[in-house]
Amino acid sequence: MLLALMEGLVSAAVLALTAVGLSLTFGVMRVVNVAHGEFFMLGAVLAWFVTQAFPGAPALGFALALVVCPLCVAAIAVLADLLVLKRLAYEPAPTIVATIGLLYVLQQAALSLFGPDARPVAPPFDFRVQLPWFGYSGYKLCVILAALALLGLVWALLSRTRIGLVMRATRIDREMARAFAINVDLVYAGVFGLGAGLAAVAAVLIVPIRQAHYLMGADPLLLSFIVVIIGGLGSLRGTLAAALLIGLMDGLLSTALFLPPTVARIAATLLVALVLVFRPQGLLGKAAA
Amino acid sequence: MRGGGLLPVAGLLGVLAAGQWLLPAYHHANLVRIMVLALYATGYNIAFGYTGLLSLGHALFFAAGLYGASFAATLAGLPPGAALAAGTAAGGLAAAAVGVLALRTAGVAFMIVTLMFAQAGWLAILALGPWTRGDEGIVLPDAARALAGFDLSDDAVRYPLALALFAAGLLACLWLVRSRAGRVMVAMRENEERARMLGYDPFRVKLAALAISGTYAGAAGAAYALMFGYAGASLASVQYSILPLLWVLVGGAGTVAGPFVGCLLMFYLIDYASSLTSATLLLVGLALLVLVLFAPRGILGTLREKGVRWLP
Repeated sequence: MLLALMEGLVSAAVLALTAVGLSLTFGVMRVVNVAHGEFFMLGAVLAWFVTQAFPGAPALGFALALVVCPLCVAAIAVLADLLVLKRLAYEPAPTIVATIGLLYVLQQAALSLFGPDARPVAPPFDFRVQLPWFGYSGYKLCVILAALALLGLVWALLSRTRIGLVMRATRIDREMARAFAINVDLVYAGVFGLGAGLAAVAAVLIVPIRQAHYLMGADPLLLSFIVVIIGGLGSLRGTLAAALLIGLMDGLLSTALFLPPTVARIAATLLVALVLVFRPQGLLGKAAA
Repeated sequence: MRGGGLLPVAGLLGVLAAGQWLLPAYHHANLVRIMVLALYATGYNIAFGYTGLLSLGHALFFAAGLYGASFAATLAGLPPGAALAAGTAAGGLAAAAVGVLALRTAGVAFMIVTLMFAQAGWLAILALGPWTRGDEGIVLPDAARALAGFDLSDDAVRYPLALALFAAGLLACLWLVRSRAGRVMVAMRENEERARMLGYDPFRVKLAALAISGTYAGAAGAAYALMFGYAGASLASVQYSILPLLWVLVGGAGTVAGPFVGCLLMFYLIDYASSLTSATLLLVGLALLVLVLFAPRGILGTLREKGVRWLP
């Protein structure tokens, strides 16, 4: 039971990071980014390459991956934004096609360069925390803490800095922001990069626990979409709460109610649908619009 | 959108009919699949292209047709004609049931609610392994696929049948979007509040559009099961909700023939790319990016915008 809780917390932490990334692009740019899961996958796959370059020092390689991978992924995202999305004027329908195209390109690139196998990345350190009841992997605890710290940073960036102010202004009224001499194109490129970078960080954190694989992007994409909508668009707290809910629900339903895993997932899925049916604005979203 | 349209559609169907005798065997077989999937996409277009309902749950309706027909043929022992009808009805009913709940929401919430229902359906198919055999799927015995003495696994038989189904769907779609009801659907897409003010009930119109769309999906699913003799869980996965969206967008949302064009193009794009290189998806992805840059409204949609007004 407690073990299921801890595992749920780890997935919730990583999910929250990925979803906040999606929430930024979705909230600020109104873009349905189907390729978000591939940015996640790219982060994990790049982490494997980086750590592979330092066979002797997993900790050093991992630390480097944690910095380099999100930057690379963010750069790719910015490039995609400037080359494609910007020219489509961020209209919903064409951007869906464009991001599906991007998804195909990134997936094939990973398959061709990385291969079809799932590959493990060694955790940077390995110790067990002895809780009163059982031992637990110290690395997983660190993932939770690191994710929380990063979420705190994002929150501070959004609510305490000029960058965040500009982002929020652009989200609320693109034309008005432009009138106030905000370079909206730059904001959009930055937000798209930041969103992709957050997904990549989440992937680097999780990759020592789950292996890197070229198809690993599908689940994070679906789950983070659900989390963003359930939490309520533009609400960071809502996203966090929804990530906790979704992350914990699968595990808890199957252990607490002794349901078989698939049945538990069906129940969880229907529950999500019903929450939205009766509260379309999400758990913590604002009622209007 | 008013007037016209019948001639180009009839022309398209005529060309497809000629294909029965003119096409080489390989493309002949491909077109059977394309027409069945284009029927699915045409239905998706009624909900998405005309009524503005972005659903990510159509795989559920497709699967309802798929399994409705399969179970009717295997468990109940119905003949293929009745199995096709059962699957079609199952798709429509599933869509109506989902619509009653999901249409309480709009926009992104609608997307997620339909997605969740479809995922629940997909998981249920996996959970009901003893009957559905999960990913492995059901293989329909040949006896269940004999329609009035004709063997549905034979391309010479299923090509005209697929064409008949697709033609019926396409003509019905053309008739629908040119009718009063069709214009009310477009009004829902363009400005729901104004349509409400004019006295139309958005919920009823959207529910009807979704149910019709689901009926198309059910018919396509049922035809797929009977013609290719296979019903598996992978056909109910989220991928089969995204594919019709992609086909419709590539061909042109809100155009009658667009879904077929998109479906045809994507099929042969993948086919051609895989003959060139093993990195198929790279080419397909790049092609999509280029296409969307030059034709952001889809192929037919952009052509129509550029002045080719007679396109359906």
